[in-house]
Amino acid sequence: MELISPGIGLMFWMVLAFSAVVFILGKYAWKPIMASIKEREKSIEDALSAAERAKEEMKSLIFSNEKMKKEAIAERDALLTEARKIRDSIIEEARVKAKEEYVKIVENAKESINYEKLAAITDLKNQIAQLSIEIAEKILKQELSPETKQQEYIKKLVEEININ
Amino acid sequence: MTRTIKRLSVFISLVVAFTLVSPNILWAVEESGTQHEEEFNAGKMIIDHIVDAYEWHLLTIGETHVSVYLPVILFDEGQFHVFSSSKFHHGHSSYDGYKIETEGFFKGSIVKTKGDSMETDTEASLPFDISITKHVLALFFSLTLLLVVFISVARKYKRNPNKAPNGFQGLIEPLIIFIRDDVAKTSIGEKKYEKYTPYLLTLFFFIFLNNLLGLIPIFPGGANLTGDISVTMTLALFTFFITQFIGTKNYWAHIFNTPDVPWYLKVPIPIMPIIEIVGAVIKPFVLMIRLFANISAGHIIVLGFVSLIFILGNVTAPLGFGISVISVPLSIFMSFIELLVAFIQAYVFTLLTALYFGSATQEGHH
Repeated sequence: MELISPGIGLMFWMVLAFSAVVFILGKYAWKPIMASIKEREKSIEDALSAAERAKEEMKSLIFSNEKMKKEAIAERDALLTEARKIRDSIIEEARVKAKEEYVKIVENAKESINYEKLAAITDLKNQIAQLSIEIAEKILKQELSPETKQQEYIKKLVEEININ
Repeated sequence: MTRTIKRLSVFISLVVAFTLVSPNILWAVEESGTQHEEEFNAGKMIIDHIVDAYEWHLLTIGETHVSVYLPVILFDEGQFHVFSSSKFHHGHSSYDGYKIETEGFFKGSIVKTKGDSMETDTEASLPFDISITKHVLALFFSLTLLLVVFISVARKYKRNPNKAPNGFQGLIEPLIIFIRDDVAKTSIGEKKYEKYTPYLLTLFFFIFLNNLLGLIPIFPGGANLTGDISVTMTLALFTFFITQFIGTKNYWAHIFNTPDVPWYLKVPIPIMPIIEIVGAVIKPFVLMIRLFANISAGHIIVLGFVSLIFILGNVTAPLGFGISVISVPLSIFMSFIELLVAFIQAYVFTLLTALYFGSATQEGHH
């Protein structure tokens, strides 16, 4: 058994024992170890990707929140402007209506004043006519002498009345 | 962890019990017969330390050797001969017609003798020697250690699925992942590496553990197992045969009909196939030599530094003490380098094996 001459006995035991150990370790050590290392690596990878996904989701959630807020603000603004517009238009309308009403009332008043005036004038005329007739009657009763004179006088009277 | 330690201690006591109970094995403290002062021979001492032996020499106190005598198992002419190596009296006597050869080509192996004399029977065939030698015992010890350690680690993985590794598991896991990702996956490829990873892991941890055990100077460490050419040869042969066995059509095509090579290198003289076949044989041969030489050299250097003290101490004692100031730090330094080498050689052997597997299983990409 010198330094560089291989010993048959040792090789015999080596082949026997080493292959047995390769087999036993392969079955009872490496198989479960490799399997659980792989499983752990996979679970870590899964956890990492899940975290990444959660982060993405969070980001998109924040983004959508922001968007919703913006939308809500825009909507509120739109509503407010619309309300303002409606208010303005209502006021405007009311003003217009009021004006119209006022004009109408004034017109009506004018008309009724006119009417009343006319009525009063007519009434006055009638009364004047009545008075005239009474005057005339009285005059006639007093000075119905010459016919022409009478007529002239009547004419003159009538013309005078016609002024109104 | 405590459980592992408990199991380990159980195992070690089993080893001790085995060596004690086994009928022909003894812990022996024995007077060495010769009284004459032997000249210190550094080369002989170093070689005796790194080669295999039939007994595990622990220490020598004065003139007494403390050794573990291991069983000799011989299969000769259809019969088993089992006896303790103590019968050889450190190679000084023969037993049952066998002795440890002291010179010539078979120096160190068990050969037949003529009768009960110490004369070698040169005509007789060698017995088939499957003795439990020092290195065989170290092999059994390290393999059992591997089994205990990794099965308990595997159990831990099963117990705490999807948890961070802790304790001893945390020490082992980076190495496992290193072999899987940086050796197996990169050399063999994403698709096939899983099939060969278990073998590569066993190979790596076997070499690494034995390199480390070899650095521990006390029993049951200290055996130069990965610096024994029988062991490295067996490992290299495993690599070689697995490579040939898993070789794809593409691999054999590369050997016998190398693509992208002019035809006149293949016909009429098959230069390329010859080169390829020689290459396939040289690869495991180089694996064998590299591991053997690296680990043995490390042991030789450390022992050399220590021997220096005794060589010079034999000249004059003060010189021995003087040189020890330099020798001891140097051997400590070498031991640290050896720790590095222990890892590097295990890594290189595994990496090259993985590369050969990778080239053998590669599908055509031309």
